[in-house]
Amino acid sequence: MSEDTRTALGKPPAFRNPADERPLAKILLIGLALVFLAFFLLLPLVSVFVEAFRKGWSEYYEALIEPDAAAAIRLTLLVAAISVPLNLVFGLCASWAIAKFEFKGKSFLITLIDLPFSISPVISGLVYVLLFGSNSLLGPILKSQGITILFAVPGIVLATVFVTFPFVARELIPLMEDQGTGDEEAALSLGASGWQTFLYVTLPNIKWGLLYGVLLCNARAMGEFGAVSVVSGHIRGLTNTMPLHVEILYNEYNFVAAFAVASLLALLALVTLALKTLLELRFGAGAAGGRH
Amino acid sequence: MIHNATASPAKWRLKRPSIIPGFGLTLGFSLAYLSIIILIPVAGLLWRTAGLGWSGFFAVLTDRRTLDALYISFGTAFVAALVNVVFGTVVAWVLTRYNFPGRRLIDAIVDLPFALPTAVAGIALAALYAPNGWVGSLFMPFRIAFTPLGIVVALVFIGLPFVVRTVQPVMEELDREVEEAAATLGANRFQTISKVILPGLTPAILTGFALAFARGVGEYGSVIFIAGNIPYVSEIAPLLIVIRLEEFNYAGATAIATIMLIISFVMLFIINLIQAWNRRRYGNV
Repeated sequence: MSEDTRTALGKPPAFRNPADERPLAKILLIGLALVFLAFFLLLPLVSVFVEAFRKGWSEYYEALIEPDAAAAIRLTLLVAAISVPLNLVFGLCASWAIAKFEFKGKSFLITLIDLPFSISPVISGLVYVLLFGSNSLLGPILKSQGITILFAVPGIVLATVFVTFPFVARELIPLMEDQGTGDEEAALSLGASGWQTFLYVTLPNIKWGLLYGVLLCNARAMGEFGAVSVVSGHIRGLTNTMPLHVEILYNEYNFVAAFAVASLLALLALVTLALKTLLELRFGAGAAGGRH
Repeated sequence: MIHNATASPAKWRLKRPSIIPGFGLTLGFSLAYLSIIILIPVAGLLWRTAGLGWSGFFAVLTDRRTLDALYISFGTAFVAALVNVVFGTVVAWVLTRYNFPGRRLIDAIVDLPFALPTAVAGIALAALYAPNGWVGSLFMPFRIAFTPLGIVVALVFIGLPFVVRTVQPVMEELDREVEEAAATLGANRFQTISKVILPGLTPAILTGFALAFARGVGEYGSVIFIAGNIPYVSEIAPLLIVIRLEEFNYAGATAIATIMLIISFVMLFIINLIQAWNRRRYGNV
C-alpha cells in the first residue's frame, strides 16, 4: 500500500525516523541474531543439562560421588585455590608498578603480560614439558632430588598459572590508570605509610574491579583443558582435573557421567556470568578492561 | 633526539620521580614472576627449536601431515572469524540499538564462551551437531560434526564474544546526529549504514576478527571432540603437537609449536597496528 492511498483513506502517514530502520528490518535483524545465538550458545548450554539428566537424578548423583569424579573435583578446587591467589598477588603488584609510576618500557611490559592470551593452551603446557621433562636440562636434576613436577600437581598448577596469568592484571591496570595517583599522594602527605595507603585508599577504590578479575581468573583456572591435559599425565583419581575427567568419560562413551561432571562446570560458568553481569550493572566494573 | 626540558636533560632515568613508594618491590616481584612463569619457559621452547637447526626445523615443517594440520587450523579459524564478523556485528547492532524482551539476558549470555570450560563446550557441540544430535539430524545427510565444518562450528562458538565485545562499545559511542545528517542530505537507510556507520566500525571489526582468528588458531579443547581428528582431513595443529608429544617426538612438537608461536606474534603485532591506526583516525576510542 503506497503512502498516497493511505492518506486517501483518511489516515495520516505515520512518522518514521529517517535515521532508523524499518520495523520489518528490525524484526528480521533481531530474529537473525536470536537464531544464531540459539544455535551456537543456547542449545549447547541446554544440551549439557539435558544429556546429564537423561537417565534421571540417581544416575546423575552416582556420577558425581563416584571416587574418581570426587577426586577430580577436589583436585580442581585445589589447583584453583593455589593459582588464583598467586595471580592475584602478581596482578596487584604489576598494576601498582604500571599504573602508579611512569617508567621506560612500560608498554612492552604490558605486551609481555598479555602474552599468554595469544599462546595456544597446548603450547603453554608444552613449554613446561620441555623445561621439566626427562630429556630436558632440569628434569634429571629434579629427579635426583626426588621432586616431580610433570604428571603431578605442581605441573598442573604451573600450567594453570601460565594460562590465567593476565586476568587480574588486565582488569586492574586500566582501572588504576583511570584513578590516577591523587588519592595516594594525599594519603601519603597526611602521614600514612605506604602499606596503609594501599590498604585503606587504593584497595577500596579497586575492590570491585579486583573481584571481577578474580572471578574470570577462577573460571578459567577451574575450566582449563589444553594446557593441563599436556602436563597432567591423565592418571585417574590422581592427576585428573574435572575437565580432563570429562574427556576420559566421554571417550569411554560414558556420556551421562561425562555430561554430569560437565554440568557442574557449566553451572560454575553460569554463576560466573551472573556475578559478572551484576558487577557490571552495579559498579561498572570491567568496562575499562574490554578484552579477555 | 628530543629531550624533556624540565627534567635534567642529560641524565637517563628508568622512572619519573614520585612520592609513592613500592616501585622497586612491585616491579621487581612482577618481573621475577613474569620471568619464572612465562619468559623462561617460552625461551626454553625457542632454545629447543634452535637446537633442531634449520634442516631439522624444515624437515618437520615440510612434512605433509604438519602442513595439512597448519592449513586446517588456519583455514577453519579464518572461516570462523569471518562468520563471527558478520553475525557478531549483527548481534552487537541488535544489542545496542533495539529494545526487546530478554535483551539484558542475551547480552549477558554472549560472554558464555569466555566462562564455559572448552571441554564442556566441545562435548556439548559434538553431541548437538553429531548426525543423531538435535541440530545435526536436521542437516542429514549433510554431516557437520567429525568434518572440518565441525571445527568451524566450535571456533565460531569460541570466537563470537571477541567480535561482539570489541564492536559493541564502539557502536554505543556512535553519534546519532551523523546518521540524521546523512538522512537529511538524502541518503536512504542502507546508504547511511554502508557509507557512514560501517566505515567508522571497520577498525573495531578488524580487531575483533584478528582476536577471534588468533584465538581460533590455538584452540584445542572445544575442537577435538567435534573434529573427528582424521589426519590430513580434520586434524588441527595443536592436536598434532599433543600427538607428537605422546610419541616422545619432542623435535616435531617443538617445531610445530614454534611456527604457531611466530604466527601468533605476527597476529598480535597486526592487532596493535590496527589499534594504532584506529587511534590516529578517530582519536582515542
